[in-house]
Amino acid sequence: MKSIVAQDLLKTYNKGSIRALDRLSLDVEEGTVLGVLGPNGAGKTTTVRILATLLTPDSGSATVAGIDVIKHPDKVREVIGLSGQYAAVDETLTGWDNLVMFGRLYHLGKAASIKRAEELLERFSLTESARRPIKTYSGGMRRRLDLAASLIVKPKVLFLDEPTTGLDPRGRLEMWGVIEELVKDGVTLLLTTQYLDEADQLADDIAVIDHGKVIARGTSDQLKREVGGERLEVVVEQAHVAQTMAIVAKISGTKASFDEGLRKISAPVTTGAGALIEVLRALDGAGIHPLDVALKRPSLDDVFMALTGHVAEVEEVPTDSKKKRKGGNR
Amino acid sequence: MHAFTDALVITKRQLLQLARVPEVLIFSTIQPVMFVLLFRYVFGGSIETGQPGGYVQLLMPGIFVQTTAFTLAATASGLAEDMQKGLIDRFRSLPIARSALVFGRTLGDGLLNILVLAVMGLAGYLVGWRPTSGILKISLAFLFLLAFGYALSWVGIFAGLAARDARVVQNVSFLVTFPMTFLSNAFAPTTGMPKPLQYVAEWNPVSTMVAACRQLFGVENKFGATAGSFPSENPLTMSLIYMVIILVIFVPLSVRKYTNKVTK
Repeated sequence: MKSIVAQDLLKTYNKGSIRALDRLSLDVEEGTVLGVLGPNGAGKTTTVRILATLLTPDSGSATVAGIDVIKHPDKVREVIGLSGQYAAVDETLTGWDNLVMFGRLYHLGKAASIKRAEELLERFSLTESARRPIKTYSGGMRRRLDLAASLIVKPKVLFLDEPTTGLDPRGRLEMWGVIEELVKDGVTLLLTTQYLDEADQLADDIAVIDHGKVIARGTSDQLKREVGGERLEVVVEQAHVAQTMAIVAKISGTKASFDEGLRKISAPVTTGAGALIEVLRALDGAGIHPLDVALKRPSLDDVFMALTGHVAEVEEVPTDSKKKRKGGNR
Repeated sequence: MHAFTDALVITKRQLLQLARVPEVLIFSTIQPVMFVLLFRYVFGGSIETGQPGGYVQLLMPGIFVQTTAFTLAATASGLAEDMQKGLIDRFRSLPIARSALVFGRTLGDGLLNILVLAVMGLAGYLVGWRPTSGILKISLAFLFLLAFGYALSWVGIFAGLAARDARVVQNVSFLVTFPMTFLSNAFAPTTGMPKPLQYVAEWNPVSTMVAACRQLFGVENKFGATAGSFPSENPLTMSLIYMVIILVIFVPLSVRKYTNKVTK
């Protein structure tokens, strides 16, 4: 069963001159994780906002957990959790205050709200900082609390909009761990990210979007295969280049290419690690000592490059969210 | 319907904020108290009122109204800040009545006003303010002030939703409310103003509010403009009319704007 279905979503700004979404369609199978991957301004956040009932599309339709987001937004809100790009919690209040407040807003009783808040604080290792105002939290703690707030009533569908943008490497790893735990519980997750490794790590399925459209869809492996399989790369001394190129070409079955600057000989292979063993044997037999040998699988960066013709623009912290955070402090 | 209890949760959030950051409360009461002292001792000596009990009897209603008028800025910047931080998105993704957030906030700002007015009243008392009209009318005056602040906080909601930056909306709100409170009978007689300004002052809701409060506190409205005009003869009625007009315009407008708000 599909938990999320979006069809031909169109959203324009400035009287149609800016197309945030250009008839975007996607769907997510129940209990799976879809990574929506794209650079800044590709339409990721707009997609999430429409699916989470915060925005109405100009045209197109969408259902979440089988409920129409345009016709019955109230019912959708009862089954979703949303955690945004920057921590949307009350920074002057403590973690405990925030979670209890959100519990009350989900209409849990007072006692149940407190119980749930304490469970979530425990689960996200925030119990010790529960009584401190959020503004004293680290970026990673803030995100965890924000995520906890979206899990007050166990949502059927969870939207995480760039959950690790702006976090330091340690914070990202912690967040990944937390998200992986969640997924084990069977929630359907739509996750947007501009980090290719993040989609690779967390998502079952990836939708690459650019200019408001899905330009590729598949598992990480499928996408990589689409761009081309593995490549064998060998670096040798200048004197052995010609001979090595012949060896590599023979193993690959096609002509090897040579990168003069890096003195790197490379060719596509289909036999995986077997090719690596073969080339080492052949080189050894010819008395050549390679400086470096590698079997390189294409990264999602390569996928992105091949699909869009431009490199994914990864910024540590998008300037607008930085501004927002700064502007918020009194 | 959970609309009401949801709004109360939002109100409670604001009160909790005050408990967590008491400085906000301290400074939001220090400012009006400072105004009381400044006006009482800086202008009080040079403005001849012929008022038994002195200038402070006329001043206090003026300062009460001015302070409640500033609720507009507080509400606007508070809401704009929530929007900037993305908190509004979180609230809007919850299964709560969409009006809860705005109603809750106006209620919270109203409760804060009670506290601020109480502190100011006490400060006024210490510098010689003595309302003479009896407990009933005095309470009525304070209720009137709270209602005025509440009505204006709906204008604040609208301004906050329309704004893109919390600091800008705070400054703009002051740019509107500050001259409004001075272009009135709050601190000095309007008769000294140029004729066109006198009319503005006369019909200014701040003037009618101040006149109404003076009446309720048992003080003759000596700073009033031309006798015989509707607002100066019927300040209570006129103030009520203003509040109703403000609420009738801004409550639906704000709720609608909030519901349709498309934050990019």
